Amino acid sequence: MKRNILYLVTILILFLISCSKKNEPTPDFEEENLAPLSIEFDNIVGGRTLTFNNAAVPYTNAKGEAFTISMIQYFISNVEVTTTSGQKYTVKQDSSYFLIKGSDRGTRFAKVKVPEGDYSKLTFIVGVDSLRSTMPVDKRTGVLDPASGGSMESGGMYWGWNSGYIFFRLEGNSNVVTDDQQGDPTGKKQFKYHIGFFGGYDVPTINNIRKITVDLNEAGIARVRKDRQSNIHLFVDLMKVFNGKNTFSIKENPNVMFGEFSSTIANNFSGLFTHDHTEN
Amino acid sequence: MRYVKYILVLLVFVYSCKKGNDIQQQIDTFLGFQAPKNFPQPIYNLANNPVTKDGFELGRKLFYDVRLSRNNTISCGSCHIQSSAFTQHGHDVSHGIEDRLGTRNSPPIMNLAWNKAFMWGGGVFDLDLQPITPITAHEEMDESLENVLNKLRSATAYKEKFKAAFGSEEITTARFMKALSQFMIMCISSNSKYDKVMRKESNAAFTTLELEGYEIFKDKCGSCHKEPLFTDGEFRNNGLAPNPINDKGLYGSTLLSTDKYKFKVPSLRNLKYTAPFMHDGRFLNLDAVFQHYTNEVQATENLDPLLNKNGTRGIAINSDEKSKLLAFLNTLNDEEFINNKLLAEQ
Repeated sequence: MKRNILYLVTILILFLISCSKKNEPTPDFEEENLAPLSIEFDNIVGGRTLTFNNAAVPYTNAKGEAFTISMIQYFISNVEVTTTSGQKYTVKQDSSYFLIKGSDRGTRFAKVKVPEGDYSKLTFIVGVDSLRSTMPVDKRTGVLDPASGGSMESGGMYWGWNSGYIFFRLEGNSNVVTDDQQGDPTGKKQFKYHIGFFGGYDVPTINNIRKITVDLNEAGIARVRKDRQSNIHLFVDLMKVFNGKNTFSIKENPNVMFGEFSSTIANNFSGLFTHDHTEN
Repeated sequence: MRYVKYILVLLVFVYSCKKGNDIQQQIDTFLGFQAPKNFPQPIYNLANNPVTKDGFELGRKLFYDVRLSRNNTISCGSCHIQSSAFTQHGHDVSHGIEDRLGTRNSPPIMNLAWNKAFMWGGGVFDLDLQPITPITAHEEMDESLENVLNKLRSATAYKEKFKAAFGSEEITTARFMKALSQFMIMCISSNSKYDKVMRKESNAAFTTLELEGYEIFKDKCGSCHKEPLFTDGEFRNNGLAPNPINDKGLYGSTLLSTDKYKFKVPSLRNLKYTAPFMHDGRFLNLDAVFQHYTNEVQATENLDPLLNKNGTRGIAINSDEKSKLLAFLNTLNDEEFINNKLLAEQ
């Protein structure tokens, strides 16, 4: 009798183990065998969630400057994933451009198709690669349509005067912003960071395209299968724009668009993205 | 015998009718984009946007449509006037919406298929993306591209025209831009006396004065104002004193210190119709331009080496040479271009 119980328990344990996802066999890596994967860009500010224009309880950066955020938009493109065994897959160019808008929750997912597999590494570009930035107007559709987003005031992400996209756009208010030409002459205390520039059409110029690599091992690899929706949940900490590798003051640099300093801010991009977890 | 007179009159009448029909036929037969024989290969990618009659006509309608501006008052043609060789004659800097003034002189819509960069200070490298600049500029049309497209979509007249040009009624950024490009690249100025002499057309020949001027031109001006377009398409600092707003030209779009004060070399075609001159229209006539090159070239950063030979700034041109040069420059005026009905608002 005891033997029988032991036998049953063993079978039960084996059964349970086989049910667990961990021992599920990894599918063969086939470029044609595509399954859905999403990458979620969850905007946060330091230890707090993102709330627009929360003047009552503003955020405070490392320089001790209180600020609020009124707009955050950025391009994510050229998504690449690498399996635990080192096979790399680049998402098809035409389906690899996303505009993440903080004000539109629906845009926080970059939805791509990749081969079934277990992925431990994710890379993408913040911005629009130089090749796409110089393509004929026919190729500029969807979020890359220069007409999308409307005017600069309403959230446009295309610069006409210097043909190119704004990769990363962060705007907000801070009382430290002066009322003169250096700050905000309208008196609204606005700061504006429009970071773009892909490196020049024929002569090398400022290049603010930044490639981000995220290791998924620690917080959970992405098990991409056809029958489910794997989601890599990233936190995008906007506080790191100010407090990243290059800590800077809003008061000293309230408007950054085209200038050397734009690269200083772009160099902080790598610190913005952390992997929180993966939903498989 | 008295019938002869009537027959002659009849013949003359028939002949004159025939000629009229020929011209009518020429207008009716749309020839598309044709590079003049004395021009190099165009830079614009025609394979990606072949010029068709419908596309060209749509582009022309758009070019002259005030819907492109925020309050429907300004069209492209407002600052690019055909009778002024598609510049804004008499305005030093462009005069846009609500009487706002820009910072630069309205450049000509002319021979753009041979341009590799646009704007006085560069920044735009594809003609199909160029119109976004004036449309969105605060002091020009002050409108968003999205709004322009929406306005066009709600105008029934355009549905048919987009369908004729591109196969369906859909109005997209690409179609809008391509139609405008089709019109703009058709604005070819290649029928000046100079062109006719170069193409050896109908015994066209320079006068002695013009010919002497041409020789001086080749020696003293032609390396930047390169034939047959009369610009090498490069950006150069020609030694103008920085203007009050300290416009640094190409530097503004590259931030390379070696580009400070460099502006696009303008063509010398149609000078008769395009005063004032320079990127900010500071010179009201050609005398002032000559005065600049002979006496007023400033030693600013990145002054073009061609204007600073052997430690002497500027170009030595005496008054005799100047009158010869003026005679030659006069052969670059193209009356057919400014009177071409095909390019006019219909």
